[in-house]
Amino acid sequence: MKSSRRRFLQDGAILTGLVAGTVRSASGQTPGPGPENPAHRSAGFVSAMGERSRFEASARIWSDSSTGRVTSSRTPLQDSKGIITPSMLHFERHHARVPEIDPRRHRLLIHGLVDRPLIFTVAELERLPSISRIYFLECSGNSRNPRRGNAETAQQTHGMTSCSEWTGVPLSLLLQEAGVQREASWLVAEGADAAKMTRSIPLTKAMDDILVAYGQNGGALRPEQGYPLRLLIPGWEGNISIKWLRQIQVVDQPYMTREETSRYTDLLPDGRARQFTFEMDPKSVITFPSGGGNLPGPGFYEITGLAWSGRGAIRRVEVSTDGGANWQDAQLQEPVLRFAHTRFRFAWKWDGGEAVVQSRCIDEQGGFQPTVDELIRVRGTNYNYHHNHIQAWKINRDGSVRNALV
Amino acid sequence: MRWSDFLVMAVFVAVCAAAQAQSPAYGLGRTPSAEEIRAWDIAIGPEGKELPPGKGTAKEGATIYAARCAACHGQTGTEGPFNRLVGGQGTLNTNRPVKTVGSYWPFATTIWDYINRAMPVDNPGSLAPDQVYALTAFLLYRNSIIQETDVMDAASLPKVRMPNRNGFVPDPRPDWKAPVGGRN
Repeated sequence: MKSSRRRFLQDGAILTGLVAGTVRSASGQTPGPGPENPAHRSAGFVSAMGERSRFEASARIWSDSSTGRVTSSRTPLQDSKGIITPSMLHFERHHARVPEIDPRRHRLLIHGLVDRPLIFTVAELERLPSISRIYFLECSGNSRNPRRGNAETAQQTHGMTSCSEWTGVPLSLLLQEAGVQREASWLVAEGADAAKMTRSIPLTKAMDDILVAYGQNGGALRPEQGYPLRLLIPGWEGNISIKWLRQIQVVDQPYMTREETSRYTDLLPDGRARQFTFEMDPKSVITFPSGGGNLPGPGFYEITGLAWSGRGAIRRVEVSTDGGANWQDAQLQEPVLRFAHTRFRFAWKWDGGEAVVQSRCIDEQGGFQPTVDELIRVRGTNYNYHHNHIQAWKINRDGSVRNALV
Repeated sequence: MRWSDFLVMAVFVAVCAAAQAQSPAYGLGRTPSAEEIRAWDIAIGPEGKELPPGKGTAKEGATIYAARCAACHGQTGTEGPFNRLVGGQGTLNTNRPVKTVGSYWPFATTIWDYINRAMPVDNPGSLAPDQVYALTAFLLYRNSIIQETDVMDAASLPKVRMPNRNGFVPDPRPDWKAPVGGRN
């Protein structure tokens, strides 16, 4: 309480110091004709399902595919507020389209090295003790190819991370019900999509914090997010959180499935590849101002963005507005949660000159973000996934904002 | 309490605790039938112990490939438009690595598992075990890993040595360090 009050007072001091005399020039707007009579522009009384204002256009985007089969879409991070991603804007990555599943007919089978194989209905799982946690989910391919392609916006560079409150049953509870046998060490999880997507998961993580989730942001999972049931594996690369979950087989070794051998492995310069790269490294990105945006004129702006780490909580975010010559602490917006997006804020007065803004974060393990060059020096350029380099945005004199890395 | 009584009681308590840990606490869910498990129990591990009966050769696989696979992967497995399956050996350490079944995949069992569960994309699960063995044999043959007449079955497939079998290393991160003198 005391610290949040102090932070509030600091905020106030910063704002007072910066804003005085600058708001008018920053807004650059002339007063309009005044509000119309709201009764003349009503959208009605009540509705069964609320819809956003017709003036809001924030949406997922995807790259065109020459084959016509688009397998991923990206969250509009540049429009994000706070730390929760609206369920309808959560990024997508599907390996065999989105199946339509009737929850009354869906089942979860647990078998293999267990004393009691079990099969659950969704309704039975919902009867069990539940927990809710706020976790980010990030595709291991997020922010890949920093210097290639034509990624211009934060949505294009970093839009394959999202953050939700997930509700479900701890997987450890289900495994205890089934009675895991002594020689067990891994699980094979399988989805009910057309590819019956499969990943091997270490039993230690399952007994720690994996969720079998049926809820997302206060409602049911979205179909694109695995309705009616998915794994949610905190902090780990997204594809291992198997969607449309229908089967957990308890085994004694990783099964070397297609998605953990030919995919989601990272080639090193010598031709060998890293495998089972589970945790997403600490990463941050400024979402405002960011590529594709435009600053209307000099004056006050709050630089803001998101930081997250698959190794725990974010401890610190630093921001540079001069191309990396100087770094200052950003404020971390509460709540600061393990394995969740953390919102950071940094008060800034733009003088109208060219500027390069960027952020870097440190997590609770002391891990931090490298530059692109530092990463490439160690990993080469064939390394496809698990990048966490510092992202920089260049602000031109005309206020336009561009990706400074391409 | 006598010492021996205490010992008996301690053992009793320990046994109860062990039984407690092993018994279900909620009693929800039911026991699946053997048929229910068998229907979904299709994952093939790297030792191939779960491989079903059946067999096939590359010669047989060529016909099936042309009918069911070539439209997506190309007549020879190199043309696309979808994932290239053939070639690429010797390219993994170059600027243009070509990752295929032949150049990159470390286990032949994974080919069988993936074709069986996910292919062809327009009707996954529609191939009989003999067809999956034949297609696996065809891809191995086209990648110069086996001979055209080699029979692939539950015994021979796990013994196939993939060229990139030793190509994978565990995750060593953090793999980079801050510049000397720390960061500014």
